[in-house]
Amino acid sequence: MSRLDVRKTYKLYIGGKFPRSESGRSYPALDKDGEVLARVAQGSRKDLRDAVRIARGAQSSWAGRTGYNRGQILYRIAETLEDRSGTFVEQLMATGSTKKQATDEVAAAIDRMVWYAGWPDKFAQIYGNLNPVAGPFFNISSPEATGVVGVIAPEQPGLLGLVSRLAPVLVPGNTVVLLASESNPMPAITFTEVLDTSDVPGGVVNVLTGFKDELIPFLADHMDVNAIDAGGASSEQAQRVQEGAVHNVKRVLLPGQGVAEQSPYRIAAFTETKTVWHPKGV
Amino acid sequence: MARNRALRITRLLHKGLNLAITRIPSTTHEPLLWEYAESRESTDIVSLDDSYGLYIDGEFRKPKSRNSFTTVNPANEDVLAKVSEAGPADVDDAVSAARAAYENVWGPMSGAERAKYIFRIARMIQERSRELAVLETLDGGKPIKESRDIDLPLVAGHFFYYAGWADKLDYAFPGIKPKPLGVAGQVIPWNFPMLMLAWKVAPALAAGNTVVLKPAETTPLTALLFAELTQEAGLPPGVLNVVTGAGKTGAAVVSHDDVDKVAFTGSTAVGKLIQSQLAGTSKKLTLELGGKGAHVIFEDAPLDQAVEGVINGIFFNQGHVCCAGSRLFVEESIHDRFVDKLKRRLDTLRVGDPMDKNTDIGAINSKEQLDKINELVDAGQSEGAEIFQPDCELPQKGFYFRPTLFTGVSQSHRIAQEEIFGPVLSILSFRTPDEAVEKANNTPYGLSAGIWTTKGSRILWMADRLKAGVVWANTFNKFDPTSPFGGYKESGFGREGGRHGLLAYMDWDEG
Repeated sequence: MSRLDVRKTYKLYIGGKFPRSESGRSYPALDKDGEVLARVAQGSRKDLRDAVRIARGAQSSWAGRTGYNRGQILYRIAETLEDRSGTFVEQLMATGSTKKQATDEVAAAIDRMVWYAGWPDKFAQIYGNLNPVAGPFFNISSPEATGVVGVIAPEQPGLLGLVSRLAPVLVPGNTVVLLASESNPMPAITFTEVLDTSDVPGGVVNVLTGFKDELIPFLADHMDVNAIDAGGASSEQAQRVQEGAVHNVKRVLLPGQGVAEQSPYRIAAFTETKTVWHPKGV
Repeated sequence: MARNRALRITRLLHKGLNLAITRIPSTTHEPLLWEYAESRESTDIVSLDDSYGLYIDGEFRKPKSRNSFTTVNPANEDVLAKVSEAGPADVDDAVSAARAAYENVWGPMSGAERAKYIFRIARMIQERSRELAVLETLDGGKPIKESRDIDLPLVAGHFFYYAGWADKLDYAFPGIKPKPLGVAGQVIPWNFPMLMLAWKVAPALAAGNTVVLKPAETTPLTALLFAELTQEAGLPPGVLNVVTGAGKTGAAVVSHDDVDKVAFTGSTAVGKLIQSQLAGTSKKLTLELGGKGAHVIFEDAPLDQAVEGVINGIFFNQGHVCCAGSRLFVEESIHDRFVDKLKRRLDTLRVGDPMDKNTDIGAINSKEQLDKINELVDAGQSEGAEIFQPDCELPQKGFYFRPTLFTGVSQSHRIAQEEIFGPVLSILSFRTPDEAVEKANNTPYGLSAGIWTTKGSRILWMADRLKAGVVWANTFNKFDPTSPFGGYKESGFGREGGRHGLLAYMDWDEG
């Protein structure tokens, strides 16, 4: 007798746990032929609010870690990604990538995570400076995390798109509520398992699967989200993000706003520059 | 009146100097009061026209709108001049002129040549600094000693600083090959008319953009004099355009389709309006909005210096300062002693004619602003906070407000939450550094904060935790062209000043 395989239930990732949507809803993730790959959780407004609350709670301690420590954790994510690369390749092939395309994408995602893992203890050296003011003052500007950042992952590429947008936001100490690719959610869900086994503190990254048109307005309007990377939004969705951003003056990175995916200026988009003055004297 | 009860001791400083000083001892908290002989700055240096046109494409023009408004001196309510109100057709002309200058002249020009124009402008500002300072005080009501010694030197400094960047942009940010954005639409407030102009215009021009500037309706005159100065400097027509008017004119500038970059300094309410007007576009935006700065005094602080810092923090420019230290948090152990010192110091502040070189607190910028201050001060009293104001006399005409302290303020009071933008300080207390941080950050704003303590490690610990774009430790309200300025949260985004200030006016290709 052949053995019946054990299927996995794909859930949300909030606060380092894997809950189902409180709404009890799920939707089918389809493969390239339109066959159901699995049913995934369809996140709700309440799930999103829970995720934001938990991301806020985790933010100061994530930002309070040393850059050295955050760098090691990001590097650990790359290590675990490498370890799970077979699963990612399979998932990407199921949704239409050739074996070569899938292998290349996974390799690029791992390498990109390694690239960003080197930044947390260097970014302030590039983006901050000592200001030579015309007076007897010590005056220094340095970047800090903006706070809680909403990341709208692009629909494609399923893994590289996610990693390219998540990693730079984590570098300076932001915590994240990420809306996964709606049409290709499986890599995002597997990626949460990578996060969970990579020393990333619970609540630092929270991932919701579901319908973007439903969730984006709640993310855009939320008063405790400080910034949104709308890179994975359609132009209508991006405009909705801009409209919601007005309520609490969110910072918004729009799709195609000219920042390369592998760039320290993508980190800069989710930082605030703080300038500290102190008199010199005896 | 305290003055009637006081014993006056008059003496001469020395024989040659005919300046009488009166010492008035003892009211409830034993203030030391001196009277100063009037010392008015002459206004002869300024020659005002009866009416002003719009500055478009290198010339002053009558507005197509045919509308105008008057600007008054808030110190005595005299009308100073008639100023044109730019309508949509005028704004359109200004943007077209800026676009043409960008395409044909300023954009293609080498950075080194642009630098020389901006250096020349900086020098001419220094040359006409007193004239600009007097006009600034006439039109806006700020004390002449501030416009003369703080605003104008910083204005010249900003142009000088950014001039030198114009041919060094490739070195500003590693890995970036910068290019200008195009036409910048800039809307500036009335509290620092020339300084805000400098913060906006200098980096925009240095990075190769052209400008359409909308000054505030109550303080348009120095921007127009600056336009004349750039004309004299030979700045190519269309590189700088000044369109005067009120909110409608500003809205026409920021929502114009051919504007690539919008920069705004002003209230958070208007900033949000602009942010929503720009939704659906990819215009670059920087916002420098309101604040409710926390000023934290620890018991080990040098108290007399801290008193001066707190006074400067809230009464500089009549408190019309977005980064004013308008919430004071005093460690409980020294609360009463510190408040007593503050009250004494308040008694010595000189409120009145801004053109008098002795004046510490000049005129409130407009009747509208005075009404807003009155409304919030009334709210402070009706919500149960205790008010203190010195007994100073105010001029009969003009818009004035006494320096004001509130004690017994709780965090939920409107005067602890809302930006008053006037000479009004709300005083609260705390027991531990953690509590100070918690309370200081309990606001939707995040522009400035101050810390007073002699313990260095505590300064750095606090500075790390305060959610504010500028943190002044053992000082307050210091500004410099090299030093980035801007807010967290609802105080806006983007930085002005320093290397960071360039980024708001640059586009780039990476890789």
